[in-house]
Amino acid sequence: MAPAGPRSGDAIFASVERVNAELFTLTYGAIVRQLLTDLEEVEEVNKQLDQMGYNIGVRLVDEFLAKSNVSRCVDFKETAEVIAKVGFKMFLGVTASVTNWDAEGTCCSIVLEDNPLVDFVELPDTCQGLYYCNVLSGVIRGALEMVSMKTEVTWARDMLRGDDAFELQVKLLKQVPEEYPYKDDE
Amino acid sequence: MQFFGGSEISPSPPAPTASGNNANMMYVFNRNGVCLLYREWNRPLRTLNPQQDHKLMFGLLFSLKSLTAKMDPTIAEKGNLGVPQLPGQGCSFHSFRTNTYKLSFMETPSGIKLILVTHPRTGDLRESLKYIYNLYVEYVVKNPLYSPGTPIRSELFNTSLDQYVRSIA
Repeated sequence: MAPAGPRSGDAIFASVERVNAELFTLTYGAIVRQLLTDLEEVEEVNKQLDQMGYNIGVRLVDEFLAKSNVSRCVDFKETAEVIAKVGFKMFLGVTASVTNWDAEGTCCSIVLEDNPLVDFVELPDTCQGLYYCNVLSGVIRGALEMVSMKTEVTWARDMLRGDDAFELQVKLLKQVPEEYPYKDDE
Repeated sequence: MQFFGGSEISPSPPAPTASGNNANMMYVFNRNGVCLLYREWNRPLRTLNPQQDHKLMFGLLFSLKSLTAKMDPTIAEKGNLGVPQLPGQGCSFHSFRTNTYKLSFMETPSGIKLILVTHPRTGDLRESLKYIYNLYVEYVVKNPLYSPGTPIRSELFNTSLDQYVRSIA
């Protein structure tokens, strides 16, 4: 039996190298600001942030696995818990909670009470359609795809739009089995 | 907050029990069977060309994994032999030994496979493979110039791998 992984990211968070939170927040803000200038359309910025997050997630998953010693999760419920409790703590320094499970156990919400990305942020009237933290949904989608889970991640609540918390809805579309990649006659 | 990686690797490498160059070669495959890295330290005998060699190695691991899962007497629910599995699913082996070499194997849930071939008398290398996975994260995954899924061309990674492997007993 593989040893059970940690159920909290506190120990890992304490041991990894960190950057100043304000520097991080302001850097992210500068990126979003620049994207808004370059792409002009808010929809395009959302897409671009999601793509950037995806590219981050594809790599981030290996760092997560290497440092957290988490082994395979038995089901999607455990996966969601690990993302919320270990993943968010390890990389963002906050913990999230998992709620709103559907009956099949394939769709849930990850709720962030505290989000370091949005300190100092206020959306101007011209950017009301912007999902400022869309990079996070991309990260989760990218990371889960690398562990064979195709997911769809959308924002259900956003504090910048006047809601009381940040809520990401994660929906498991399918699990992709590993296949033998070569043809017999190659 | 951890977005800019440091150069030191945690955890620190397991202490070597004796010195000497025991490693023969190392393979790293990704989930699609692409050989990301092949490193050779001591391999006088070669019977195949590199491509066939990599393919054979990947095929061996793939079949052995489904065999070990099929033979597992402890879990009731399992697929048929040869049925595609999710990476990391079922039980897996971590090494086998012949009279002339030992092959140690580790697979991460993300489908990265690390294979180290060493002298048959080397001990348990699971911790060492974990450490090499950490090296891979620091020097390859965190390198912005590396595009995922392509062969690794990183001098820094090769140097630290060589150095570490030399300490394996």
